[in-house]
Amino acid sequence: MAHLDPVALGVFIALFLFVTVLGFFASRWRRGDLSQLSEWGLGGRRFGSVVTWFLLGGDLYTAYTFVAVPALMFGAGAVGFFAVPYAAVGYVFMFLACPRMWSVARAKGYVTGADFVRGRFGSRSLALAVALTGIVATMPYIALQLVGMEVVLAGLGIHGEWPLVIAFVILAAYTYASGLRAPAMIAVVKDLLIYATVIAAVIIIPAELGGFGKIFAAVAPGKVTLPTDAFVNPGAFSYATLALGSAMALFLYPHAATGVMSSSSRHAVKRNAVALPAYSIVLGLVALLGTMALAAGVKAMPQYADGFARFGNNYAVPALFLQMFPGWFVGLAFAAIAIGALVPAAIMSIACANLFTRNIYREFFKPDCTPAHESQVAKIVSLFVKAGALVFVLEGQATTAVELQLLGGIWIIQTLPSVFLGLYTRWLHPRALLIGWMAGILAGTAMAAASGFKASVYVLHLGAFDLPCYAALSSLILNLAVSVALSAVLNAMPGTRSDATLAEDYAA
Amino acid sequence: MDGRQKGGFRLVHLLLIVPFIGTLWVPFYNRALPDLAGIPFFYWYQILWVALTALILFIVYVAEGRE
Repeated sequence: MAHLDPVALGVFIALFLFVTVLGFFASRWRRGDLSQLSEWGLGGRRFGSVVTWFLLGGDLYTAYTFVAVPALMFGAGAVGFFAVPYAAVGYVFMFLACPRMWSVARAKGYVTGADFVRGRFGSRSLALAVALTGIVATMPYIALQLVGMEVVLAGLGIHGEWPLVIAFVILAAYTYASGLRAPAMIAVVKDLLIYATVIAAVIIIPAELGGFGKIFAAVAPGKVTLPTDAFVNPGAFSYATLALGSAMALFLYPHAATGVMSSSSRHAVKRNAVALPAYSIVLGLVALLGTMALAAGVKAMPQYADGFARFGNNYAVPALFLQMFPGWFVGLAFAAIAIGALVPAAIMSIACANLFTRNIYREFFKPDCTPAHESQVAKIVSLFVKAGALVFVLEGQATTAVELQLLGGIWIIQTLPSVFLGLYTRWLHPRALLIGWMAGILAGTAMAAASGFKASVYVLHLGAFDLPCYAALSSLILNLAVSVALSAVLNAMPGTRSDATLAEDYAA
Repeated sequence: MDGRQKGGFRLVHLLLIVPFIGTLWVPFYNRALPDLAGIPFFYWYQILWVALTALILFIVYVAEGRE
């Protein structure tokens, strides 16, 4: 059992208190009228290139990422590294689609991706499908941030539910008060702590373990690389499709869209697609921490047996830090992960609140609501979203959260034809898109169900080949095929379509 | 005006295909050697591609800037 180290705990609590003060103070930063949804939920679209870089970096590279990616490397070896090519090519999609998304959102006052779909295709039901997909895919993601925080709290020797509850109540309070300004400000602290931790870790730990040669010697021979190097083999094809499918899904997540739309300019979005890969390099190094934990042999050490029993391989990185770092630095590193949970949890809950308020509440229940009322509803919804995630984790449903998050990736990618392709063309018919979306959701869910929701890779039998493919990608192909085929038919039939956007809105 | 729509397709955009080939064609890098300071090829090659992807995006960004 990890015992309480007063120095580590002291540093941890001091940093946590610091960001709490920052979170409340943030409401005064670039002060705006917080009774407007674009002020509370998008920070008034005033974040320049640098703040956006910290915000999106803090948003996309979550605490769970920093715990789960090395955990996968620790357990499965090379397969876990797919997060790195994913986090490289994801930015090509951002570079292509997000400046257009930003421009049209700015021109038309859109706050969510579903707002855009509503305007572009004039379809309430398609916008509802996009909004619901976003909310359902994001909720388990918030729960996983709590799991990440729980792991480091246990590493500090803090047990019981109350610390998690306190942390989330504080988070809920300053998100309510300051909106997106709070995570934007805290993200700066989080990212600096993460960089400090990772740079120190990759300098100190390999030196102590005798270099990377010795570290990789600890990996089972078959796990240093993927099974074989033919492309059509279980290892390589699933690896490439996992990376590609995840990259395509990344900027469809509501919290990513929120980060993009809060930028102050189209150029800030583009610059960030160029500059954000810096975080992916850090992610690559974080992944290697899993291998270092393997070489350090923490799993066999009695003092960490308890943590591994409770959290499985997710305990690998906390155990490695406890083993290798002095107390004060453990406090700093764990604070980096815990604060790293707060930033995405805040942005995700704001993104869900924006979706619910704009695309469900205002669209279907109160079309004539005032901007102040709309903003108030979003603030309250953000509380419910976080409370839901907290209850979920406290009820011991962490495994369900992991499975739901896996499904979330398969679901969110089904909005790609409506959102990303919609940014380029209105040729696709809204009813075709809706049916394609449904086909993709059903097929993707069925593929994940075939593994009991344990694996996201499903083997497709194509003639002589058995192709293990990321279910998100294969179900997206079905979705696209249905959307295109039905659009060809529906567009040939008489009928009117409305598009609230103009070609120049996408380039402004 | 040169008739090209702002934000429209230009030849330089073809460069954006390169990161996909570099990172997603696994046979290029599914090997341990040559290693870099003990890090197997598989790992350092992919981390290098993160930097190369950023570089390619930067080139396209600069080229687009003149529009």
